[in-house]
Formats: sequence, C-alpha cells, structure tokens
Amino acid sequence: MAMKIGDKPFKERVSDGIGNSFMRGAVSSAQGRLRSGRLNAAEELGNWEEWRKLGEEIRAHTIENLDYYLELLSENVTKRGGHVFFAETAEEANEYITNVVKKKNGKKVVKSKSMVTEEINLNEALEKAGCEVIESDLGEWILQVDDHDPPSHIVAPALHKNKEQIRDVFRDKLGYDKTEKPEELALFAREKLREEFLQADIGVTGCNFAIAESGTVSLVTNEGNARMVTTIPKTQITVMGMERIVPTWEEMEVLVSMLTRAAVGQKLTSYITALTGPKQEGEVDGPEDFHLVIVDNGRSKILGTAFQSILHCIRCAACINVCPVYRHVGGHSYGSIYPGPVGAVLTPLLGGYEDYKELPYASTLCAACTEACPVKIPLHEHLLRHRQEIVEKEGKAPIFENLSMKAFSMGTASPSMYNIGSKLAPKALGAFAKDDKISDGPGPLKNWTEIREFPAPKKDRFRDLYKKRKKERGK
Amino acid sequence: MMGAGQVYNRNSFLDNLAKNLGRDRRRQVEKPAWNHNPQWDVLKDASPDELVEVLKQQCLRIHTDVHETVSAELPSLIPHLIKEYGGKSVVTWDDPRFDEYGLSGLTGELSGDEIAVHVWDCEVVEENLAFSATADVGITFSDATLAESGTVVLFSDKGKGRAVSLLPVIYFAIIPKSTIVPRMTQVAKQVHDKVEKGEPVPSCVNFISGPSNSADIEMNLIVGVHGPVQAVYIIVDDK
Repeated sequence: MAMKIGDKPFKERVSDGIGNSFMRGAVSSAQGRLRSGRLNAAEELGNWEEWRKLGEEIRAHTIENLDYYLELLSENVTKRGGHVFFAETAEEANEYITNVVKKKNGKKVVKSKSMVTEEINLNEALEKAGCEVIESDLGEWILQVDDHDPPSHIVAPALHKNKEQIRDVFRDKLGYDKTEKPEELALFAREKLREEFLQADIGVTGCNFAIAESGTVSLVTNEGNARMVTTIPKTQITVMGMERIVPTWEEMEVLVSMLTRAAVGQKLTSYITALTGPKQEGEVDGPEDFHLVIVDNGRSKILGTAFQSILHCIRCAACINVCPVYRHVGGHSYGSIYPGPVGAVLTPLLGGYEDYKELPYASTLCAACTEACPVKIPLHEHLLRHRQEIVEKEGKAPIFENLSMKAFSMGTASPSMYNIGSKLAPKALGAFAKDDKISDGPGPLKNWTEIREFPAPKKDRFRDLYKKRKKERGK
Repeated sequence: MMGAGQVYNRNSFLDNLAKNLGRDRRRQVEKPAWNHNPQWDVLKDASPDELVEVLKQQCLRIHTDVHETVSAELPSLIPHLIKEYGGKSVVTWDDPRFDEYGLSGLTGELSGDEIAVHVWDCEVVEENLAFSATADVGITFSDATLAESGTVVLFSDKGKGRAVSLLPVIYFAIIPKSTIVPRMTQVAKQVHDKVEKGEPVPSCVNFISGPSNSADIEMNLIVGVHGPVQAVYIIVDDK
C-alpha cells in the first residue's frame, strides 16, 4: 500500500469512522492509556520541558545541516563495508531494493515495522518480483494476514481491531483453533513467524535514528522482531526517510529516551538495537551484506519552507494520542498511512493538496498536539498555515466552507443585508425546529444535526433587545 | 578487513537538499554545545548501592526477575537457577568472564541432569543458530547496565553472538555490579568517545530491557513475543 489508503472521499471515510463504534471505543481507550503513559513518564523525569527544548535544538540543527550529516553517514556506512543508495523517488528505492533481492536470489523477505516502506509501497514491488514478503510486527502481521487491511495508528497499527476479530482472521486464514486470549494469539504468531525468520533470505527494516558519526542505524522495538530480521537473514536492507538521522550517539540516546516516553510511556522499549554495517570478520550471526536506502520521496520540497519543522518529527504519535478529532474519526479517515495531526500536516506536503486538502481542516486547532510534541513542532500552526495556503494560493477551500463563507460575506456585507438575514433566520429555520432545537437541519446544518442538535435561532435578536433597552433607559 | 561499500546517487541528491535549504553544500559543520542537558542530571549523585536499588525497582515494572549474589556463590547459583526455571538446554557466550567467574565448568556440572550446554563457537556457523533456536535458556554477561531503565547493554563480538539473548525462551543476564551506570547517557558517551578516537564500534549494540512484549492486541500487554518470554538478571559483586 502506498501512502494513500483507499479511494473513498474524505466525508465517506469520516462517516465510516464515526459509525464504527468498536473502533471509536478502542481508539479512545488507547488514547487514554498512551497519553497517561506519556504524562507519567514526563512527570517522573521532572524536567520534561528541558528535554523538549533539547530535542527541538537537536532536530533543528540536524535538519538545517541535513546534507552534511547524510554525507557523513554514507561515508561511515561504506567504510564498514555497507552500501548506500540515495533514492529521490519511491520508484528508485523500490528498483534498487528489488535488484539487490534478485541478485541474492532472495525468495523470502521478512520485514520489521517501517512506515517509509509502506509509503513507497515496497511490498508490492517485491511481490511483483516474485518474492514472498512477511511483516513481522504483530500488529502489521495481523493486518497483512487480513488481506492487507491498512494501518490506523503509526505505533499500534491494528488498533481498530478487537481480539475476537483477530481470532477470526487467524482462524479463517491460517486455521487457528484456540481462543481470543491475547497471549494465545501472540503465541500462535510467535510459532508461525519463528519458522519464517529461520527460512528468510532477506531482512528489511526501517530506521528510527541513523547515527552519522559511525554509520549506525538504530531500531526501537518491543517484540524482538527487528532483532530477528537483523540477526538471521544473510542480507539486510534498511530503508530510512532522509530526515531520520542524528549527528552522534549522544543525540541518538536523548531522542530515543524521548521517543519511548512520548510514544508509550516506557523509559526504554525492550530492545534498542544499534547496527553498524554487516557482521564483522569472525562473527557468526548478523547479515553478511548490508544496504542502506535513504529516501527523499517529496521530503526535500519541505526544506526551506515554513513547514520545515515537520521534518523534525520522530514518529512517536503523541500528537495522535491527544487529538480530539482523531479520537472520533479514527486513523482510516485520514486516507493516509500518516494519520492524526502529524499526518494532517505531512500528508498534504508529500501527496499534494489535490488529494488531501480536507486534512488540515480535520482539526479544532486546540493545540493539544503542539503541547504533546516532544520536539516542540508547532503542529497546529502548520495546520493553520495549510489552510491559508489552500485558500490563498490554491483557491481550493472545501466546497462547504466556500459556500458558507460566501453566504456569510453576503449577509454581513452591509448593515441592511445583515438586518434582513438575521430577521429571516428564525422564520427560515422555524420549520425545522422542535422545542427550540433543530435535529434535522437543512443544507450546511445537516452535517451538524446528523449527530447532535442545533439550537433554533431566537426570535428576539440582540440588536432588537439592545434598542429596546436603550429606549427604556432613555425614558 | 572487508572492502568498502558502494554509494549511489549521492551528489545529485545532496545538491538538491542544499539548494532547497537555500545555500551551498556544507562540507564542515561544528555540532553546537546544546543549551539544555537534562540527561546528565538523572541519578547523577546516586551511589553504586543506590543504583542497584533503582535497577531492582525498575525490574519489577518490566516483568524481570532479579537475583543478587556474591561472586563465590555464582558458580552454584547459575546451575540452580537453570533447573529452577526448567531449562533443559542452555546456550552461552564464549566470553572470558565465564572463566573469571568460575562458570567454565557448566557443561560438566549440568550433564548429570541431562541438560545440554552449547558454548558459542565461531568455527561452526550454523550449529550456533540451530542450537539457540530451540534452547530453553541463553546466558550472557552484561557489558554495561542502565539502572534507570533496567537495561543490559551487549556489545557483539566473535564469541558474543546476537542470537544468545534472542532465540531462547528464557534469557539470563549476569550483571557485574561495576557495570551499572545511571542511564543510557553514560553508555552513549562511551561509544561516542570510541568513535572520536577512531576505534571501531561493535557491529551490533543491543540495549535489552526485560523480556520481549507487545501491546498490539487491544493494547493489552503481552509478555513474550518473538524474543525471550522471560528475562532473569543476576547481579553479582565483582571479583
């Protein structure tokens, strides 16, 4: 799957989300848990704001000097015998990776969780080349087994499924015959995937932070699957978005400490694995061959613009976990593998306004995202900036907003128009009102009243009351 | 020494980044001194005993059993624990510390109980993986230990295979007390200093905090997914 998930229009996706009550319950309880995990972890440190300032400093400096640090990284990877491919587009990345796999005569590819390989649609390219591709993150594997159901959260991709649904997927697709207990489901995955790991020729990973000074890639995981993928297969291919880099081990340490706290409230995840090149002479396990693929795919267009700081993102999903809009509409509504506030900023930048102009409006601008961000990205300001650009430069405001803005400007253009409009409102809407409430509104009100009531306009207008009082006082 | 790797498309890619950043390519960048350094404040005045206490408390939270012992007792404690946790096959690193701490006789000691022991052997490549994949217990020493997060840090090397701490169902980490530092900051600095001196970084540095786990099913914590299902730390006074 590429960045885009599904072809349904935005409003349809949203109403699917709002109508899915299991998903909404799961999302709100997950949000609650993840958010309180983050807050507890921050409180335990005591000086979280200091950490955030450091995180921001590190990210800003690194992205401002991205060309330098990427060059240093690639030098150091090659010194250790690894290969580096710079891919400007998804196609270039997929072609290089497919060629490596073909040269190795690879048949079975195991992957650990990686958003960027989803973004470039690597699985499809590999499958076309005749490979079997196996996702090994538990959540992603569940989705893959369920005929490639798209992910709905960047940290917990199968958040929208309950354990009974997962049991049924395993039963229907893989002949699973045990209960829906999470432990039994996980044990089944362990056994199934253990066989795959042991047989795989190629391991593909993402990258949380590459370390420029030593040519290292680090992976942050809990399940141990990324360690499997980088321990057993003979060839390792790591794919990274070009901004996923830090200068030295010291900055890696700081950002990992912040990532695990901001994402799940853990001090560290079970495994932080820092890999430098292929295995060294005399070592038994680890890959013989190591390839690092550095992907642009639209990111460089963001450099030098007012949106540059979105490249500081460390993919913790803290903003997603506090977003009131995400809470109600769920991850699939965003139509992108990057949901929530970060997705609403990033997706239109990578994929263009044509497909994603609604996303910056899927926000209340409450700024909870900005407050939650461990590296202080002003997310809500970026959303507002998007709206400005959509309206001013592109003239592409969503049609509903265009119409209501037109009506509003017509109605407020002159005192007499406003006078007439506000007098008419109670009459015009009176037909829809019952007990001073409108529950089945016309036109633009329909979206609102489908799920809640709208107060009917009062017959007594403020301006009339004001006039009347003034008259009475004047007496 | 292996040959250097290849690099493809670098110049056009990086030129484009510099252009979008509105300047020429940067060939030399001084990393600034950061204005904020809260990481160094964590547990900065803790004594070694206090660090042990912090480590033990954290292990309660990450579902990890902790045993404490003195070095004289270690050779009898390890076989005892292997049996207690029901281990029938054991794989260990080939690491001089096993000898130093009187653990080189494990194989003989356990053979009476029909417990098989495999010591990592870089001469027989496939056997190591095959044995580890079905082993009940994997045992390594910790190269550095982080009190704050309950983490053992393992530096890979010839005798120090990655699979020992990964494939078996139960993982034992022997933690010499002197390896315990406040947090990841100290170890990252140590590796950074190595790089500055031009010394090679291990091909794999693992920071391991307890057993593998997942919350991917309805956000319920499941302990034991692809890596070990159980983690056991044995803290030992130094020789």
